[in-house]
Amino acid sequence: MTTSNLHLYILAAPLLGAFAVNLLGRLSRRWVAPLTLGVLGYATIAALVVLARVLRDGTISYTIGNWRPPFGIELVIDPLGALMLLLISAVALTATFSSLTSIERELPGREHLFFTMYLLLIAGLTGLALTGDAFNLYVLLEITSITTYGLIAMGRGRAPLASFNYIIMGSIGACFYLLGVGYLYLLTGSLNMADIANILHGLQETAALATAFAFIMVGLWVKMAFFPLHSWLPNAYSLAPSGASVMIAPLMTKVTVFLMIRVMFSIFSPEYEFIQHAGVQSLIVWVAALAIVCASALALAQRDLKRMLTYIIVAEVGYMVGGVWLANSQGMTGAILHIVNDALMTLCLFLAAAAIAYRTGSLGFDSLQGLYRRMPITMAAFTIGAFSMIGVPPTAGFFSKWYLILGGIEANQWGYVAALLFSSLVNAVLFFRIIEIAYFRTGEVGHGHDHGHAAVRVEEAPLMMLAPLVLAALALIAVGFGSGPLVSGVIRLAVPGGF
Amino acid sequence: MQGIIAEIVAKYNYWIYVVLMMIGFYAMIGKRNLVKKLIGLNIFQTAIILFYVSTGVKRGGGIPIVDKHAALTHGIDPATVVNPLPHVLMLTAIVVGVSVTGVALAVLLRVYREYGTLEEDEILEKIGK
Repeated sequence: MTTSNLHLYILAAPLLGAFAVNLLGRLSRRWVAPLTLGVLGYATIAALVVLARVLRDGTISYTIGNWRPPFGIELVIDPLGALMLLLISAVALTATFSSLTSIERELPGREHLFFTMYLLLIAGLTGLALTGDAFNLYVLLEITSITTYGLIAMGRGRAPLASFNYIIMGSIGACFYLLGVGYLYLLTGSLNMADIANILHGLQETAALATAFAFIMVGLWVKMAFFPLHSWLPNAYSLAPSGASVMIAPLMTKVTVFLMIRVMFSIFSPEYEFIQHAGVQSLIVWVAALAIVCASALALAQRDLKRMLTYIIVAEVGYMVGGVWLANSQGMTGAILHIVNDALMTLCLFLAAAAIAYRTGSLGFDSLQGLYRRMPITMAAFTIGAFSMIGVPPTAGFFSKWYLILGGIEANQWGYVAALLFSSLVNAVLFFRIIEIAYFRTGEVGHGHDHGHAAVRVEEAPLMMLAPLVLAALALIAVGFGSGPLVSGVIRLAVPGGF
Repeated sequence: MQGIIAEIVAKYNYWIYVVLMMIGFYAMIGKRNLVKKLIGLNIFQTAIILFYVSTGVKRGGGIPIVDKHAALTHGIDPATVVNPLPHVLMLTAIVVGVSVTGVALAVLLRVYREYGTLEEDEILEKIGK
């Protein structure tokens, strides 16, 4: 086992782990937890080493089975890809602790099946961060989607129906992407991203090229739930088992935004998108602004914590797509930093939601009453996540929003800047409403005999759910304080050339 | 008029792909039965497979299995063999399509157990109650 193949093991570990969990989990459920955690722990450490190596030595290109690119499938680990690898494996590892506990209660006896799909999904996501081949990307995209459909359908009640709607929408998105790749293949005769980029460089602008670009973009937008293609997301994410949503919600949309960046800058070029089609560029920023405003407004109408969070995810997708399409380095930095921050914020909030659901059984606003007394640590972490979502310094959310706003001002996209500020305000309203319910309304009017004091027992979530939550909240503050070095050390390298 | 017909006849496979795709799209959006939606999805995927396969075919092209020695000494005339790559890619896409269909059918089974019907209207009615 040489260390030069380390990045391949990040992909292989969850893939092989999935089979091991399935087989050994049949013999005894006790195998599931150590195997899953071990595999993901290994992947996280390996991802750290790979990130350090990429930062030191530059982009790694790796050929599988010794087939030279452009004929074989190439893995490319650039700084952005390495950052995504670390993000995926670390978030997945943190979420797993909580997931293990809640799945044990929600799907008793089926843990090994759940974690087989869970690990396959993580393998797919790491593959997406690694691959340098356009068709390979389609296959990995479908691996992640199919496992997500399965995980969501394991929820109760309406979850299978939500999953079916997601299957229809997700497959349309994947088919559009495949069609776009088909047009690119017709034009260039290649499927390797770097090779396509080289050939496209010398090609004339044609309608076929524009068609390919449009199909790929729309396909990815469906997958990332970019407003107005978001309709599948709120139901699917809020009805999924909480053990699944703590991992799917932070990672899926963010990785798809990363894929959009990959396609835009590794296959196509900034000149193609931003200079030759300046009208389209500004239109997309306007759509992003609309996405942020509408999704925030829809979030206001929700009466359930998890549903509200899903609409916030849709708004955050608008942030990132808009940031990328601002076409300047500030906006791009903001978008990439926001991928990291939003993954951590969503992780923190969904972990809190999972912990609350574990204790109260419901996430309706009424059942949140008096939670600050019953679950003080959970709610403290929730508050940090909420502050980060609103964009209060020094939490991480402030810094990426700051870059995005600077980028918007630089690009003269005032509609986008206004949408960002509006969304911050709405988030403040949303979260202070919850904090108000959970802090001030005690919800014990009926119990007259104790007169409220010392009557509330502290009923914290189990340690396995509490520890990752606190860790995620601390990570938000740490990333907030560390965003200077993070931007100058990693993200600046990841911002593609041409700006 | 003559020109349009000639255009359609010359590239009929691409026109069929577009028509199939639209049929699939209509079924996914217009039909109220969930299984019909799924079949629409399958038609949609098949349309894309037809598109890919069409791109690889050449008039007068043979199967891309060549004698190794002849190919090494004389080279291959690309006009005599079809391009195998799109066809191979579609093998993968078919596998993906089958997996999606399998998962979707399993999910529909759970929907049926939950609601006792696969008509979208009736399901929405039951949820509304």
